[in-house]
Amino acid sequence: MRGLLIACAMVLTLAAQAFDIYEFETAEQEQQYRKLITELRCPKCQNQSIGDSDADIAEDMRRKTAELINQGMTNDEVVEYFRARYGDFVSYRPPMNATTAVLWFGPAVILLLGAFGVVFAIRRALQRNLGDDEETL
Amino acid sequence: MRASIWLIPVVLFFGLAALLYASLGRDTETLPSALINKPVPAFELPELLDHQTTYTQDIFKGRWSLLNVWGSWCPTCYVEHPYFMQLASQGIDIVGVNYKDNKAKAEKYLMDLGNPYSEIIVDNAGDFALDLGVYGAPETYLVNPDGVILVRHAGELDAQVWAEKFLPLLPNEMDATVVPAAAAPMP
Repeated sequence: MRGLLIACAMVLTLAAQAFDIYEFETAEQEQQYRKLITELRCPKCQNQSIGDSDADIAEDMRRKTAELINQGMTNDEVVEYFRARYGDFVSYRPPMNATTAVLWFGPAVILLLGAFGVVFAIRRALQRNLGDDEETL
Repeated sequence: MRASIWLIPVVLFFGLAALLYASLGRDTETLPSALINKPVPAFELPELLDHQTTYTQDIFKGRWSLLNVWGSWCPTCYVEHPYFMQLASQGIDIVGVNYKDNKAKAEKYLMDLGNPYSEIIVDNAGDFALDLGVYGAPETYLVNPDGVILVRHAGELDAQVWAEKFLPLLPNEMDATVVPAAAAPMP
């Protein structure tokens, strides 16, 4: 009975993965593949990674990713390969340049401005309190 | 001094609201091509109608041409097809890339609707399309006589797109041949 259950479970996992299985020489390459398909963005079905998407183009890109990894490319090289064809959009990690500067530094700048604002407001409030105290004295 | 400080969040709010409002309805589906001002990628693929003939990127050299990625499975390709027939009849060279299609179905498409293409590159595996940065069909590129891509348009090409995106980049001597297209009624 237990054997049967295990067999069923194994058949189910096979079915779930049947749509693409790529062979890798090493476990590291397989890890690399799993990481990359979550970091590359599907150009057709936006807001999905190529690992999430069933679109034809995502399937092609997974196949190409596996192929490039098997050729010994590093993660950066694979991302660069797709970036040369699909532009910066294809990577979920935007590069740092003039157009993305706001994206990278915007939050920090806003946080700093907020912090300055809070400090300023507290100091003013404290000063006013001190002033009030002096008046009452 | 005090009033100006309380103005800051108000200004920020309206600034953000204006920014978001301006972005409403903006087309986010169309991606910029990474291949603008770059040569057509290298390839070596057969002709659809004659498998003995093999093409390379050199077929784009020495003439102005359009590169149109299509497939008989692509609904929008049927929609834009009559416009390509019109462009072809005006003397525009259109190189078709038959993308992930079935030979028999592709031939039937051309038989039924007409063939606007001067050459048809067969890309069943989708490798050439991947090199081009294609993410769906149809997609149309304008290639200059040096074999360099000047424009990419994803989706249907019609008279309006032609007049706005393609025509301004074509040399003057070709304008004469395409004036009727530009003068076609705009939707």
